[in-house]
Amino acid sequence: MNPVNYLYLAALLFSIGATGVLIRRNAIVVFMCIELMLNACNLAFVAFSRMHGNLDGQIIAFFTMVVAAAEVVVGLAIIVSLFRSRHSASVDDASLMKL
Amino acid sequence: MENLIALLVAAPLLGAVVLLCGGRRLDRTGHWLGTLFALGSFVVGVVLFMDMLGRDADDRAMHQHLFSWIPVGGFQADVAFQLDQLSMTFVLLITGVGSLIHIYSIGYMEHDERRRRFFGYLNLFLAAMLILVIADNYLLLYVGWEGVGLASYLLIGFWQHKPSAATAAKKAFLVNRVGDMGLSIAIMLMFTTFGTFAFGDVLAATGETSEGKLTAIGLMLLLAACGKSAQVPLQSWLGDAMEGPTPVSALIHAATMVTAGVYLITRSGAIFNGAPDAQLAVVIVGAVTLLFGAIVGCAKDDIKKALAGSTMSQIGYMILAAGLGPIGYAFAIMHLVTHGFFKAGLFLGAGSVMHGMNDEVDMRKYGGLRKYMPVTFATFGLGYLAIIGFPGLSGFWSKDKIIEAAFAYDDGIRGWIFGGVALLGAGITAFYMTRVMLMTFFGEKRWQPDAEGHEPHPHESPKSMTIPMIVLAFGSVFAGGLFSLNESFVHWLEPVTSFEHPHPVISVPAITASTVVVLLIGVAIAWFMYGKRPVPVTAPRGSVLTRAARRDLLQDDFNHVVLVRGGEHLTRSLVYVDHTLVDGVVNGTAAGVGGLSGRLRKLQNGYARSYAVSMLGGTAVLVAATLLMRAV
Amino acid sequence: MSALASHAVTDLAAYTTSTGEAFQFWVLGTVAVIGALCTILMKKAVHSALCLAGTMIILAVFYLANGAYFLGIVQVVVYTGAIMMLFLFVVMLVGVTAADSLKETIKGQRWLAALCGLGFAVLLTAGIGNAAITEFNGLGAANAGGNVEGLAALIFTKYVFAFEITGALLITAAVGAMVLTHRERTERALTQREMAERRVREGKHLPPLPAPGVYARHNAVDIAGLLPDGTPSELTVMRTLRDRGQIRDVSSEALKDLAALEQRSAERLGRDDREEEAAK
Repeated sequence: MNPVNYLYLAALLFSIGATGVLIRRNAIVVFMCIELMLNACNLAFVAFSRMHGNLDGQIIAFFTMVVAAAEVVVGLAIIVSLFRSRHSASVDDASLMKL
Repeated sequence: MENLIALLVAAPLLGAVVLLCGGRRLDRTGHWLGTLFALGSFVVGVVLFMDMLGRDADDRAMHQHLFSWIPVGGFQADVAFQLDQLSMTFVLLITGVGSLIHIYSIGYMEHDERRRRFFGYLNLFLAAMLILVIADNYLLLYVGWEGVGLASYLLIGFWQHKPSAATAAKKAFLVNRVGDMGLSIAIMLMFTTFGTFAFGDVLAATGETSEGKLTAIGLMLLLAACGKSAQVPLQSWLGDAMEGPTPVSALIHAATMVTAGVYLITRSGAIFNGAPDAQLAVVIVGAVTLLFGAIVGCAKDDIKKALAGSTMSQIGYMILAAGLGPIGYAFAIMHLVTHGFFKAGLFLGAGSVMHGMNDEVDMRKYGGLRKYMPVTFATFGLGYLAIIGFPGLSGFWSKDKIIEAAFAYDDGIRGWIFGGVALLGAGITAFYMTRVMLMTFFGEKRWQPDAEGHEPHPHESPKSMTIPMIVLAFGSVFAGGLFSLNESFVHWLEPVTSFEHPHPVISVPAITASTVVVLLIGVAIAWFMYGKRPVPVTAPRGSVLTRAARRDLLQDDFNHVVLVRGGEHLTRSLVYVDHTLVDGVVNGTAAGVGGLSGRLRKLQNGYARSYAVSMLGGTAVLVAATLLMRAV
Repeated sequence: MSALASHAVTDLAAYTTSTGEAFQFWVLGTVAVIGALCTILMKKAVHSALCLAGTMIILAVFYLANGAYFLGIVQVVVYTGAIMMLFLFVVMLVGVTAADSLKETIKGQRWLAALCGLGFAVLLTAGIGNAAITEFNGLGAANAGGNVEGLAALIFTKYVFAFEITGALLITAAVGAMVLTHRERTERALTQREMAERRVREGKHLPPLPAPGVYARHNAVDIAGLLPDGTPSELTVMRTLRDRGQIRDVSSEALKDLAALEQRSAERLGRDDREEEAAK
């Protein structure tokens, strides 16, 4: 097997995650899909690291994880406070930008 | 002495300001004040004239620079006055006749409650007219030109409660506007050609300018003259302008303002001398108007309109003479001055008759007035003899010279044509003036009660009216002879207008003799038609020509059909084009944008997920483009 | 798992992998894709979270297979262990809402999303296929001194600045989360006495609200108490459950159960009767 298949897998997972962001209305699930996309990227980074024979790709993936953790904390806090004020976690309910 | 020039204008201008801004407290003294200011201006004029007479012929032009009006780079416009022999002649005519008419108006407008305002307007007119004739550049002349137009408008419509007067004022203003356009274009052309408007600089530079440019400027100046002097084709306003008070008709629409066109052409003589085609156009306009006015004058029953036709015709003579070049300028101005005397006298006489006849203007309802108004009859009669060119009186000297000059226009056919037209005009003049004279002062009484049933009680007018008439009658009788003594008038003007002796195609005595013969024929025909036979009170139907002449030779119908209808059609088609094409494009664009935005608006549905789709779509497009670029 | 990882270590530099890793990839990769699909297709958020956790664990295995030992462990500990649990907490906190319905409300959104996702996947795949990836160098040399040591050397030398910034980011995120979720009371909380007085003033529900549950059979809080005519009273269930529509309706079931009970007791009593008769 060619290790490039990891990249194909990462692309597939990324696309699935992106589609999920677009079709799901529950903010939490949307958030999970974003995490899925981040993980797909991480997989690609790790594969690239192996391809180039150095650890820089892993370092990037590591930073991605840390930033993702921070993002999750803030994002979930936002969802919670949104739910408190609107009694709903639907991203479609926050549609004040329409004409 | 030169500093007095501005005083000429300042006096009537101050009068106008005082009278128009002074309010009702001046109602009782306003007419005296106005007359005083006019007389003051006249006195200044006489003083300057005396001073001028004391100098050498070549050193008579005076100059006064007041201030720089519009100093913008190469564009220099000054308020500066120039008083040479030509201007001096006009100044004396304007202030002299103007003062007489002020005096006359005191009596004529006695019962008008807006008399103060009337005198204010008269003073305004005097000031504007003086600016016109003593300006030293075309731009300042234009100021005066518009000023007299304004004064004319205000005075024609003075009895604005009459719709006919209001309409006539508007008509005069609008027709004059066409001519004013010509003057402004001429001034612009001068600026682009010569880079200046000053008379001295422009006229000195004509020698080095191409004939085409001079012709263009000359034709534009002719258009201006046509507007102001009621020449064909812009003549239609003068007849209607008779709606104004009679002193106004006498001063503005007979003696002074309408001669501004002649002044303009004479002043711009150097331009016309360099443009023979423009001169020919001037001569043609003069000749056509000469006959046009005379024919209209024959058919009118309204005494003032008959005189208006006569004015038009006489100014046609002047324009004709001015178009002849150096052989004609001096005679044009001479006829202008003598005409100023006798036509003003005739109008004042007509005003006096109307004053005694309950403001009736229809000559068919006059008759036999000579016994009731002896002074009016005598002065009017002298004016009549002067205008028909009775030998020895003013008109004879000035008109005869113009006829001579017209015969001298060219050695060939043109001399015969224009000389013949001028001669024919003299005969028609004799006819229509005799007709006016006979219908008014001779024959049976055909008096009719006016609309309120008052029988007219003709009586002689007060002294304030008769004295100006007498003074003007003296002018009518003696001015021409005085001017012709040793050709003094011609020599007086020669430094300004230059002069050449005309060489007519036939000998001078023959012309004089034929003029007298033609004049006698005209008088005789009139006598047979209106003297021997009783004049019917209601006008007979008359021939086609008579009916056309009564309608001013269909000038208004022509204007209506060609200009009004044409304008309407033009505007309608423009409106159509505007609505369909211009608005169509604009509205179509707007509707297109509106429709497009209405559809695009739906993309903005406020759902974050929709926006996310477009983001992902955009990313996909970018990736696709990148791959495509790499593949290529 | 460690066996798989050690197997990967031996054969990291090759252009092709060992059969073991290929097998592992195809099996676990399929599962990962299924997990990802389930994440976006499952109706309940809890299920989505569990599927995602599974996918992440598989990804951790892939990290290990690719020689990223430290990341593999961190993935399990931080992602699957901490982050996903945080997700589950929030899911429980927020609860199940109408948003979980998979019915699309925006016209054309689903088709567009599918089209874009599919197109994007195709494009990425084409991009990877086009890229000139000739050889995998393998991490044998890089991991020679140990994977964690190698990472540490890089983090504290080359990436030290980014590392410090990340630390600041984490602090900020923690403070931000606190600020966002902390609710400042704007008015004094009502005392029990005041609440009682208000109830008296309003004149309804003077006594405490009726308790949920049907005494005989169910005493769970999500079951409405029955009114005398046998219909459930929503008043007996707490509001949060009412809002979520999580009330279990057992009225008909209770009646049925009651009938069955009566029948059974009658049978028993009848039998008892017969037994009594028999005894007599």
